[in-house]
Amino acid sequence: MALKVLVGCKRVIDYAVKIRVRPDKLGVVTDGVKHSMNPFDEIAVEEAVRMKEKKIAKEVVVVSCGPAQSQETIRTALAMGADRGVHIEIPADQMTVLQPIHVSKILAKLAEKEAADVVMLGKLAIDDDSNQTAQMTASLLDWPQGVFASKVEQKDSGLEVVREVDGGLETIKINLPAVLSADLRLNEPRYATLPNIMKAKKKKIEKIKPEDLGVDVAPRIEVVSVEDPPVREAGQSVGDVDELLGKLKDKGFSS
Amino acid sequence: MFFKQISRFTRYPKLRSLTVQSYRNLQTSQDKAGLASSRLREDDRDRLRQELEQIVGSKNVSSSESVLQQHGQDEGPHKGMPPDLVVYPSSVQETSAVCKVCSGSGVPIIPHGTGTGLEGGTSALSGGVCVDVTKHMEEILAIHHEDFCAVVQPGVSREGLNQSLKADGLWFPVDPGANASICGMCATGASGTNAVRYGTIKENVLNLEVVLADGRIIQTAGIDGRPRKSSAGYNLTSLFVGSEGTLGVITSATVRLHAVPETIAAAVVSFPSVQDAVSAVVSTLQCSVPMARIEFLDEVQMMACNKYSGLEYPETPHLFLEFHGSESEVHSQAEFVKEITSQFGGGEFQWAVQQEDRTRLWTARHRAYYANVALRAGCRCVTTDVCVPISRLPEIITSTKEDIQKNGLIGPIVGHVGDGNFHTMLLFDPDDADEQRKCKEVADRMARRAIAVGGTCTGEHGVGMGKINLLKEQFGEDGIGVMKNIKQALDPLNVMNPGKVFL
Repeated sequence: MALKVLVGCKRVIDYAVKIRVRPDKLGVVTDGVKHSMNPFDEIAVEEAVRMKEKKIAKEVVVVSCGPAQSQETIRTALAMGADRGVHIEIPADQMTVLQPIHVSKILAKLAEKEAADVVMLGKLAIDDDSNQTAQMTASLLDWPQGVFASKVEQKDSGLEVVREVDGGLETIKINLPAVLSADLRLNEPRYATLPNIMKAKKKKIEKIKPEDLGVDVAPRIEVVSVEDPPVREAGQSVGDVDELLGKLKDKGFSS
Repeated sequence: MFFKQISRFTRYPKLRSLTVQSYRNLQTSQDKAGLASSRLREDDRDRLRQELEQIVGSKNVSSSESVLQQHGQDEGPHKGMPPDLVVYPSSVQETSAVCKVCSGSGVPIIPHGTGTGLEGGTSALSGGVCVDVTKHMEEILAIHHEDFCAVVQPGVSREGLNQSLKADGLWFPVDPGANASICGMCATGASGTNAVRYGTIKENVLNLEVVLADGRIIQTAGIDGRPRKSSAGYNLTSLFVGSEGTLGVITSATVRLHAVPETIAAAVVSFPSVQDAVSAVVSTLQCSVPMARIEFLDEVQMMACNKYSGLEYPETPHLFLEFHGSESEVHSQAEFVKEITSQFGGGEFQWAVQQEDRTRLWTARHRAYYANVALRAGCRCVTTDVCVPISRLPEIITSTKEDIQKNGLIGPIVGHVGDGNFHTMLLFDPDDADEQRKCKEVADRMARRAIAVGGTCTGEHGVGMGKINLLKEQFGEDGIGVMKNIKQALDPLNVMNPGKVFL
């Protein structure tokens, strides 16, 4: 049973960048800032490509929601071995209010349109830390979910997924079609090579608007303000226990 | 290779807290080389501080004890000495102004990268101003994809650059182990495990922007130049690579990038003896197999690695190999080398292609340094770094092991045998001066043996403080004389990192 895998990937600010709050305090500075594929999505793409190499999957379609630059992220996934891409066009200024509920509706509709057997996502995006999209997508599709996957194997007509949970590792067996989300230890993603980057330029990227899928992405939230975390105050050295007690008393900690 | 060290020295050096070596250096350097100045007096320091604050801003000058200590100490066994002040310039112009001020008052200037060196290069032997160019100058100024090069400031580390290049199919292959500043790597003439195929930093620098002691700013390969080759003028780039901060402060480097290999395969083989392993290496290179990495670990090192990482390798000499190329190239290279290793008594040829499997196979090699320091709790080590012509490698390793055993020391050996370069980590108890002395003597004898067979006393770590005498032996009077002429021409007041490389 060769599966069709739909992989979601998100273009986020690179993890190594120092984030700065915009002067208008309504977001973070994104202009001229280095962006890259969400690290968990890299792991998801890598897993999908390995499934194709192991002949478990027959086609890997990668999807990204965002402005024109999201196509760079899709190209990176294509260079890693995905077959073709779908770019869901969202204007740049709407990205701050595009939420997992919108994305999961889009992915659900797309999964049906593409007749996907597996929807593969990163467990969370490093900019909003939501960890909601995979679960919501599964719910909308009424498909089983294997989230925080650290191992995925074919088992009979379904999948066996080892999940990283607080207590350790949980192994579940789920039927197909299913939604999976990749955790850190699922694999180590490959680096794109120059020949593959060249080849990726020729692979197809389809452009779709959310309305074409019948999904309404009107904002449901309004960003009121974005602020830096409070500046860490300097510590104070004290000379002896009495001085320490005195200072604690001053701060209002009764002895 | 690197390890974390707890620094325990006072702010102004009390003689008894210096190691024997650095005390000797301090004495001789003060006596002979006419050092620019000894440690600053309080009022001199305050005046200097004000001048520096005018240039970089008051927030970017520090005299806090922990900052000074941290900047004087690198990751080697030499007890580092703190500078009088640390400054953090934000531009090459500020760096130039700082150098002018320091030179003007004869105050030593110590350039500082990531502090991951091993030869005491950042130790402020006679105090002075440490110029930390990594804090505010940390941009990748340009990546020229089609020209396969990148321009980086001192704050850009090797891993940082590679992370930025991840989606571009390019990488920077010089890997000295530590996540060092690339400009710092230029200053020390760094190398690493990939040198056998991709070269050391020397072969991978196209241009350097350098601030001289008098504040002049130059670009060693021409203004904004990045040609692959040039016949124009003296080769200044080569002059500054490996100068260890004694000729100028490197404020940006244009480095070569390489294509990410299509396929990478890793392999591990055990051998019945050191001779067999090294002979296998010599044969492999003689057949001109384009090895990407050949690392040698002796049985003591394997024992340490097994203990530390919970592995179960046989405690015999091993080779850790890496092949780069297209799928078919890698396959045929691996098969070919497998035949060679079995000719020399090599055991099972374990190999892997998948990223995680390769990482697992190489775990032993990656954690070698930590594994060694863990062998004896609380010990430190003298790390040797000789490099010899490959044909002389077997005899050098054998005589080194004999020397180590004769002196009752523990000295695991790990080496980039593809370059004829290997490291022993001679462990000593920091409270046992006798043991430390023995380690130093074994290390010195090793270096002398290497020099005697046409090699060098330092393949990649630099001279720093510890190998000044060996450098003299390696080059002779006139060789050192020319180096001193150059130093005199570019830094007549001897303010640039005094007491390093030579006296």
